[in-house]
Amino acid sequence: MTRLRSYLDSKRQGGDKIVSIYLTAGYPTPDCTPRLLDSIVKGGADLIELGVPFSDPMADGPTIQESSQKALDAGITLQGTLDIASDFTKRHDIPLLLMGYCNPFQRFGWEKLAKASAEAGAQGFIVPDLPPEESAGVQAAVDAEGLSLTYLVSPNTPAERVKIVNEKSTGFIYAVSLTGVTGARESLPEATVAFLKRLRSQTDHPVLVGFGISNPTTAKEMSEFGDGVIIGSALIKRISESPDVDAACKNVEEFVRSVKEAV
Amino acid sequence: MDGQQMRTNASHWPDEQGRFGQFGGKYVPEILMPVIEEVEAAYRATLDDKDFQKELDDFHREYTGRPNPLTFADRLTVELGGPKIYMKREDLNHTGAHKINNVIGQLLLAKRMGKKRIIAETGAGQHGVATATFAAKLNLECHVYMGEEDIRRQRLNVFRMRLMGANVIPVSSGSKTLKDAINEAIRDWVTNVETTFYCIGSVVGPHPYPMMVRDFQAIIGREAKAQHLALEGRLPDAILACVGGGSNAMGMFFDFIDDKDVKIYGVEAGGRSGDIGDHAATLTYGSPGVLHGMMTTLLQTNDGQISDVHSVSAGLDYPGVGPEHAYLSETGRVHYTSATDAQAMEGISLLSRTEGIIPALETAHAVYYLKELAPKMSKDESLIICLSGRGDKDMETVAALMEKEINS
Repeated sequence: MTRLRSYLDSKRQGGDKIVSIYLTAGYPTPDCTPRLLDSIVKGGADLIELGVPFSDPMADGPTIQESSQKALDAGITLQGTLDIASDFTKRHDIPLLLMGYCNPFQRFGWEKLAKASAEAGAQGFIVPDLPPEESAGVQAAVDAEGLSLTYLVSPNTPAERVKIVNEKSTGFIYAVSLTGVTGARESLPEATVAFLKRLRSQTDHPVLVGFGISNPTTAKEMSEFGDGVIIGSALIKRISESPDVDAACKNVEEFVRSVKEAV
Repeated sequence: MDGQQMRTNASHWPDEQGRFGQFGGKYVPEILMPVIEEVEAAYRATLDDKDFQKELDDFHREYTGRPNPLTFADRLTVELGGPKIYMKREDLNHTGAHKINNVIGQLLLAKRMGKKRIIAETGAGQHGVATATFAAKLNLECHVYMGEEDIRRQRLNVFRMRLMGANVIPVSSGSKTLKDAINEAIRDWVTNVETTFYCIGSVVGPHPYPMMVRDFQAIIGREAKAQHLALEGRLPDAILACVGGGSNAMGMFFDFIDDKDVKIYGVEAGGRSGDIGDHAATLTYGSPGVLHGMMTTLLQTNDGQISDVHSVSAGLDYPGVGPEHAYLSETGRVHYTSATDAQAMEGISLLSRTEGIIPALETAHAVYYLKELAPKMSKDESLIICLSGRGDKDMETVAALMEKEINS
């Protein structure tokens, strides 16, 4: 069993819903990231998804497209992101995953990356453009270091594909709440609940629900049908709307706390 | 053309996973997996479907105007003093380029699948125009994503698309060119996955697109081969085409891959210089990576970010290339080279002056390469160049560049 899974299981057994927070590494600048992560932890997050920026994020909406581009313009690299991860895991106990697209990871080299990530204390990866069909080599590299590779399942994923994801998952399943790109939405379609109920009946793995969750109300609603929620764009928006880093840290902490208290 | 004939080169099909060697595959968000599987199943079903093949054939003949001629370029042949040069006239197709071949196939497939909403990306505008054209003919709703930079460069094509009822959506993200238009089309696709068919314009994207687009374009090479055989009684000694994403080239090359004596050349956009950011010569300077759902050769930074690219021609302005080209480059079956912006301008002048044919800027890269290739071949030999499109759309750009040259 992976460390990530033990952690999530203990949360589940304690009846605690998980709040997982995504933050684009290097946004708005690389030196802001450690402080923002600290604020996310202070707010009560259970899991960190540290975004590795890519120039062509095809599954992301405008908010994360922009945060990724700004982070790249500010000079963030994959090595820089690993350094941030390493610093974070020395100071905090909550698990950190790297989330990003195939190409930067592959360019770095998956085996080398898995080793470097393990050394940095990261516990795994979420790669939206790496479906099970393409993950064999990556899975082996990740498994060898005792890390987790998280697969995504969406409302249109047929039962036989959920089965494949079940077999391969070692941490949790990332339930994509709707067909679409990332980005905060006021509310989620009715079909989302039916999808989450179906998924619950199809898997024993922890299920975290992401895409479109923007406020404590939706977070509470969604967490009832899974083991927790994932929030990204709504948090990034709060950072982008803040006048300076101090304000951003404060807003982030308050927002995460409001979500954690709601679920 | 029946299903059996379409599969003559069965040995070159990608494997079950959609791989050409290490290249290809399906690197897409889970949301799209069921959809691309549905497209593949529907596509494979058409191969043995006589009604579908007849419909396709009828539109090629009566709407596009196929078969287009294989024209002997007698003056160009004399000028270059080498092999006999034949031109495969994709520029004479309805809409003025090879793009319509693929669009007819994909939209007939979309209609079969009951998808009434069509999305497409476009660079130079030729694929967008072809999609708008045939969507109008089939009464399908059509949305075309186009980079703001390309909209500026290709105003006339934007007008043509709108005239035919398409919704042209400007893309302001990233470099505002073809790759960003593809990103935006993919985002639309994951959002409207139930109703929408993504009509990809080149041999790129996740499997089955590189295979399917190639098959729909392979009519170019099949016709050219038969026409050359009829005229010369043998195969050509060389064939060549320009390569951006690489659909006209894959269409031209595919039927000749097994003809080992036929030398094959692909000409990429060399841009302003060989420095990164100054060109779009992916196979000359690139390295393996994953973009737009495929493993292929990419122009990228050491940190795995996609590089900016430049070409005078919007249609070649792409940091990737079809995975089958990446494979054919790796195996050495096809020789890939590049021509610069300035050389492409020479190519335009050369063909216009000698043959009275103004080629598209994209095509002009391949035309220029004739100047390098012809002296290395003998007068007893022959070659075919794929004239992928006509140059009308580029006249504003070309005029501006030529006037600048004259005035400087």
